[in-house]
Amino acid sequence: MASVILDKVKKVYAGGVEAVKGITLTIPNGNFTVLLGPSGCGKSTLLRMIAGLEHISSGTIAIGDRTVNDVEPAERDIAMVFQNYALYPHMSVYDNMAYGLRNRKTPQAEIERRVAEAARMLAIEPYLQRKPRALSGGQRQRVAMGRAIVREPAAFLFDEPLSNLDAKLRVQMRLEIRKLHNRLKATSIFVTHDQVEAMTLADQVVVMNGGQIEQTGTPLEIYRRPASKFVATFIGSPAMNLFSGTVAAPGQVALADGTKLAFDAASIDAKPGMKVDVGVRPEDAKAETGGSRETPVLKWDVTEELGATRLLHGTLAGEPFVLAMPADVTSPAKELAVGAVAGAVHLFDPGTGRSLRRG
Amino acid sequence: MVERQTFVSRYLPHAVLLAGVAIVAFPVYLALLASTYDAASVQNGQMSLLPGGRMAENYTRLIFTGTSSSTREPVGTMLINSFVMAMAISLGKIAISLISAYAIVFFRFPFRMAAFWLIFITLMLPVEVRIYPTYKIVADLRLLDTYTGLTLPLIASATATLLFRQFFMTVPEELVEASKIDGAGPFKFFVDTLLPLSVTTIAALFVIQFIYGWNQYLWPLLITTRDNMQTIVIGIKKMIVTQDALTEWQLAMATAVLALLPPVFVVVVMQKLFVKGLVETEK
Repeated sequence: MASVILDKVKKVYAGGVEAVKGITLTIPNGNFTVLLGPSGCGKSTLLRMIAGLEHISSGTIAIGDRTVNDVEPAERDIAMVFQNYALYPHMSVYDNMAYGLRNRKTPQAEIERRVAEAARMLAIEPYLQRKPRALSGGQRQRVAMGRAIVREPAAFLFDEPLSNLDAKLRVQMRLEIRKLHNRLKATSIFVTHDQVEAMTLADQVVVMNGGQIEQTGTPLEIYRRPASKFVATFIGSPAMNLFSGTVAAPGQVALADGTKLAFDAASIDAKPGMKVDVGVRPEDAKAETGGSRETPVLKWDVTEELGATRLLHGTLAGEPFVLAMPADVTSPAKELAVGAVAGAVHLFDPGTGRSLRRG
Repeated sequence: MVERQTFVSRYLPHAVLLAGVAIVAFPVYLALLASTYDAASVQNGQMSLLPGGRMAENYTRLIFTGTSSSTREPVGTMLINSFVMAMAISLGKIAISLISAYAIVFFRFPFRMAAFWLIFITLMLPVEVRIYPTYKIVADLRLLDTYTGLTLPLIASATATLLFRQFFMTVPEELVEASKIDGAGPFKFFVDTLLPLSVTTIAALFVIQFIYGWNQYLWPLLITTRDNMQTIVIGIKKMIVTQDALTEWQLAMATAVLALLPPVFVVVVMQKLFVKGLVETEK
């Protein structure tokens, strides 16, 4: 077990393309960190640099108290789970798991003990003598994880391990990975583009965009206090509603049609007259009963039933808006007054996209 | 699609196929027949369609003593020569191609593409095209009438390298990376992962190259002058063309039958792997 410390890590490809633009990040010992971002944001490249599969252009990576920039992957004391499992097709499940240990001259008795233990933990004992091709996707995934576990590494690296599984299995394996982590308490770095995976698995989420870190925090911090418009719209489903406005008075923002929303002036640094982008999550928007002429009005035309919730799609102050409401309430009139608690209204700088929240 | 099975649609295809088989098989049967008679019966056309009684005698004489005409070498020696040549060519090609394809696909080194193209170009230069310079080199190296001279120039060719290259390129990158993390260096990866995955491709190539080597005619004809270095394909030819004696057709036919057996044996034994190697998609 060890922490992983990245310091100004950069990756520049031969063509001059900067895939990772100087990332500084600490993954504490025993922490489950998820690197989250859209495809092409550099998250996989970063993981592969930690694994030693990609050369580091500049900066340093340390695992524990050892700088590993020039250390071979096998010597870095890490284990990696690949998206397509990367099991050796000609070896049995047992050999797949034992191969790495044999290469490091682990005593035979110790190999048997570790493989047996991992197989028991992952419930793959009946398949130990089978070839990978005789296994289902979920079983292969377990074997890939078993191969990582038997190494007893300082850090586990997961490169989108669940994206090849079907939806149901994905949910199940997600839970199992988390359970496994709670049990092993091993430092883990998990790359995904799926926000639900990130929210459910992570102790720490690192949202990446364009080779840079947009925000680092616990899943709830990321959700409640997004640091930028990018994070605000990337996390949460459906995405946060965004529209432009102007700060009218301390704690009050005017929208394009003159209606007003209250925000928490104590935590948001916005002076009257400032142009801002206003963000409200669909699930934070509420139908208001006693609205005044200054209350924003949602004109909705389409509903989506999601079972527990219902989404109303329409326009508010001339811009698209989605409102989530409980499904067991009858749909309101086509035009309804909308409000949100001041704490759930987010303001962003329209130029930089950064949140105007203090601290 | 449901097809109506009529008498014609059911049996006609079989009849056509059987006719085809008969056309191909009859000459082979005839050769086999001829090898069981004495020279006179074959020569006079008194051979019946049933085997004669001299099979054991003909084959024993052929393998251990040889014919009495232009080539007096026992066919046993020719068989050994042909076998050594075919094996050396196929195994040599496989070994060299595996290694060169491994280098080209999995390593980044200066002039990698140049190396690849150099190998590729040799495809356009089969032995027949470069026969004079190759002969000159082999002669200067004093390799005439040796197994080395017989096989070495035929080992160098690009087909096998290209086949392995195509196969290696389908091996997922992650497998290489997983090996790296598992602490397997380039050599261990080659032996532990790449070779076992290549077994079927190797088998397919072995079959093709064994037959290619076995059937070589021009090169052995040039390079061997001594009778005891002669291959069986050349031997047959020499037996048929005789100057002033009767061609011993029964022996020539027996030689043809013997020449047929090893390639057939290789194909039959390796058939399953061979087909798998050519159609395999699962990695």
